[in-house]
Amino acid sequence: MGISIVVTSGKGGVGKTTTTANIGTALAMLGKKVVVVDADTGLRNLDLHLGLENRIVYNLIDVAEGTCRLKQALIKDKRFDNLFLLPTAQTKDKTAITPSQMQNIVETLKGEFDYVIIDCPAGIEHGFENAVAGADRAIIVTTPEVSAVRDADRIIGKIEAKGLDDHQLIINRIKYEMTKKGEMLNIEDMTDILAIKLLGIVPDDEKIVVSTNRGEPAVTDDHSKAGQAYKNIARRILGEEVPFLDLEDENTGFFGVLKKLFKR
Amino acid sequence: MDLFKIFSKESPSKDVAKERLKLILIHDRANVSPQFLEMVKGDIIRVISDYAEIDQDGLEIKLTRTGEQNSSTPALVANIPIKKMKDMGR
Repeated sequence: MGISIVVTSGKGGVGKTTTTANIGTALAMLGKKVVVVDADTGLRNLDLHLGLENRIVYNLIDVAEGTCRLKQALIKDKRFDNLFLLPTAQTKDKTAITPSQMQNIVETLKGEFDYVIIDCPAGIEHGFENAVAGADRAIIVTTPEVSAVRDADRIIGKIEAKGLDDHQLIINRIKYEMTKKGEMLNIEDMTDILAIKLLGIVPDDEKIVVSTNRGEPAVTDDHSKAGQAYKNIARRILGEEVPFLDLEDENTGFFGVLKKLFKR
Repeated sequence: MDLFKIFSKESPSKDVAKERLKLILIHDRANVSPQFLEMVKGDIIRVISDYAEIDQDGLEIKLTRTGEQNSSTPALVANIPIKKMKDMGR
């Protein structure tokens, strides 16, 4: 029986879909059988992050409505044979599926896959209820901004109220230079405020934009810092002890600067 | 001095962010409505009025956190201006 993990945040635009695509891909690269599920009905994007938008025939809502079998809606990834996408509908809204239907689908997927990663929509309404319905664990994504941290705190409260106690935090888009100057909340500030276990720190990385442009998750790019961070996160999900990336070394130290100079 | 530190120019913006967040989250987590505070305020006025004459318009009650540094324990803080103590067999 596999494990289902919902990726959520409350606030939009903090990197839930990027996180889902990268963790899913990274777990597949580590040999696990993975399905990523888009629960953002009406505003689907996970397909774009994986470059699979042209292969969609059936979707999550078709499965819920019985239009097709679950297997027919699963799309195999271009690069990894053990990675699948269950897209959702773009023309329906979030009430097209109920939490109990979602729970059933996730249960069935857990029978087939090692990991079921669910991409939750922003907000705390119906879409959120659906996304967390079948989840064993939760990953909360936030960024070092007051609004994102506040929303993360609200989501943590909601999730705990549901008895989903296995939850961890990913801090996305940390700009080391700014944290050093005291112009951005740092890791300690955020874990202090949110009082939740830290799963990973993802540095702000322009390569993410390029990855999304191409529909190739950053973890497939060996030179992407964010990709490296997501690979580490995937290994932590598997239970490995992986130290957090030392952001100082990479960006500023004497050798870091030298490295940057020679890269150009 | 704490306030001074927050608003002085030298204070890094992340400290301002952290302070603001801590206070917001106390409110969010406690889920205290203005009606609730009004109810508490009404009751406090009633009780205190037995002992002292108070300035009801100047009465201020707010949800904040306990005085300790970095505390996230919520605290109700009331500021009750007393016009005159009642003479009750002191």
